[in-house]
Amino acid sequence: MSISLSNISKSYKKVKAVQDISFDVNPGELFGLIGPDGAGKTTIFRILTTLLIPDEGTAKVAGFDIVADYKAIRSSVGYMPGRFSLYQDLTVEENLSFFATIFGTTIEENYDLIEDIYVQIAPFKNRRAGKLSGGMKQKLALCCALIHKPKVLFLDEPTTGVDPVSRKEFWEMLKRLQKKGITILVSTPYMDEAALCDRIALIQNGAILDIDTPKAIVSKFPKTIYNVGANNMYKLIQSLQDYEHLYSVFPFGEFVHYTDQRESFEIAELKSYLEKAGLTDIHIEVAQANIEDAFMELAK
Amino acid sequence: MKRFIGFIKKEFYHIFRDRRSLFILFGMPIAQILLFGFAITNEINNVDIAILDHSKDATTEEIINKISASKYFTIKQIIVREADIETVFKKGKIKAVLNFEKDFSKNLIKEQKATIQIITDATDPNTANSITNYINAILQNYQQSKNKGIQIDYQIVPQTRMVYNPELKGVFMFVPGVMTIILMLVSAMMTSISITREKELGTMEILLVSPLKPFQVIIGKVVPYIFLSLVNATVIVLLSIFIFKMPVAGSLFLLGAESVLFIITSLALGILISTIAQTQQAAMMISLMGLMLPVILLSGFIFPIASMPIPLQIISNIIPAKWFIIIIKGIMLKGVGITYVWKETLILIGMTLFFIGISVKKYKIRLE
Repeated sequence: MSISLSNISKSYKKVKAVQDISFDVNPGELFGLIGPDGAGKTTIFRILTTLLIPDEGTAKVAGFDIVADYKAIRSSVGYMPGRFSLYQDLTVEENLSFFATIFGTTIEENYDLIEDIYVQIAPFKNRRAGKLSGGMKQKLALCCALIHKPKVLFLDEPTTGVDPVSRKEFWEMLKRLQKKGITILVSTPYMDEAALCDRIALIQNGAILDIDTPKAIVSKFPKTIYNVGANNMYKLIQSLQDYEHLYSVFPFGEFVHYTDQRESFEIAELKSYLEKAGLTDIHIEVAQANIEDAFMELAK
Repeated sequence: MKRFIGFIKKEFYHIFRDRRSLFILFGMPIAQILLFGFAITNEINNVDIAILDHSKDATTEEIINKISASKYFTIKQIIVREADIETVFKKGKIKAVLNFEKDFSKNLIKEQKATIQIITDATDPNTANSITNYINAILQNYQQSKNKGIQIDYQIVPQTRMVYNPELKGVFMFVPGVMTIILMLVSAMMTSISITREKELGTMEILLVSPLKPFQVIIGKVVPYIFLSLVNATVIVLLSIFIFKMPVAGSLFLLGAESVLFIITSLALGILISTIAQTQQAAMMISLMGLMLPVILLSGFIFPIASMPIPLQIISNIIPAKWFIIIIKGIMLKGVGITYVWKETLILIGMTLFFIGISVKKYKIRLE
């Protein structure tokens, strides 16, 4: 096991941040922690990177115990905190060479590992890190976290506040790193990114709802989902909430995702109900369940 | 070692790229020493006084001439009525009035006794005191020159000699004090700010999750400031030698060594502050309130410790600056060697070890 947690709990004063969390991450796996803000993702990262001691439970990273062997862990993992944590008054190149030096290596030595990423920010290597765009900052932070060739990489919400194009590129990079044998634990509040992981753990309020491959999690979704659209989104949601056979409804892009209580559901029946409610341009079709649906279902 | 050097290099980048810290580092010492040297002084020069002469005879004229001939006093006004004394003081320019009694010469010869009243504006008590002393000295001087050749049965003639600072220059007193304040401030405040900045910006989190050991981080933070503080100390000493003609009577090497010791004491304090403070703001406030004020008020820099109430005298002993001021005053003004200041030096070493001990104990290897 590259990472393994068993029965980890941690409280801050009276707030329980994580409760009784257990999961394992296999070597070379890209594992995602998926959950909203405040779910306890950052606490899990800090416990695994030896920054916090859990109140209960034990955990191992790369074979080392997080409390007893914390020094060994610190030199064999890469960590990218949720907040941009590089030196803003140092240039791109100075930041990178600083982190290389404190890990006892050089940029040249592990250049092959970061090459793909670094070429994208290399044109700005003399720019101060504080003056980079959000996406660039994250790429630089990733380079700094990788420069010592870590066995395990911890990325806490690496794509928060990053534009969609950069987000996509970032995930492509993670996939390439994974091929080089690095175990990656990544957290994200974006459900669409979850599908890119090998396995994911859905967390809410400090507890794990489910752990599985994204596909398996979606396939466990018990209901058929319908995409419903109409001319007035607000009124549509209100009308659906008043519908007697409603199981769940929540907005999803330009549609709402609707599930029905009954096995035998007739699209026409719902359509006529909505028409009666005064909605026009009604559009109903079967949709593919996704991780967000699964999360909402589990979080119910 | 390479890691350590890399870390120090990074610290220097931070210092030289932040204009604010550069200004505090190099602008403040120069500004302070010049301010204290030129503006704040206990000496009196060209004080405006007024004369109220009721007798207007040869003796009073002689005395008045003698006073106006000294560089300390300028006779600005001659007044004729007692009532005018109040008026001239209220205008504020005149700091003292000399009031000669009627028939001054006559009384002096007939009764061997005549009176001059010295009235001073004591809104500034220090100046008033100095003025009285200076005038007294001039009168005494005059009297002695008059009595020459006359045999008096017995006489006590005080012979005063001011050693180590014969001209009573205020700047000689302020240089050690200012040097102490600046070394303290630069060392303690700047290190505590630079450590808390890493906490505030989240970079501490990354430094913790790295093979850097806590003492490497701390020493790495401290080394640049030892160097910069020494530069500062040198600038201050050079300024005081060349601009204020202050002599350095003792060994420059000992002065340097004691300064390094005090710099390390202050740095240890700075580290201690950074283990308590979470933000740069807090670190700055603690440094200013917790270090600057005691250094100025209780170190004997401005107010003599001997004239403080007993409880304050006892408290002043825990202020490192007090001991450093004793040491550098000794070295710079009296020219003493280590044999005279070994006790103070040992106290500073003890304090330093104590602060370092607490900081190492309080330094967190994790986030909480």
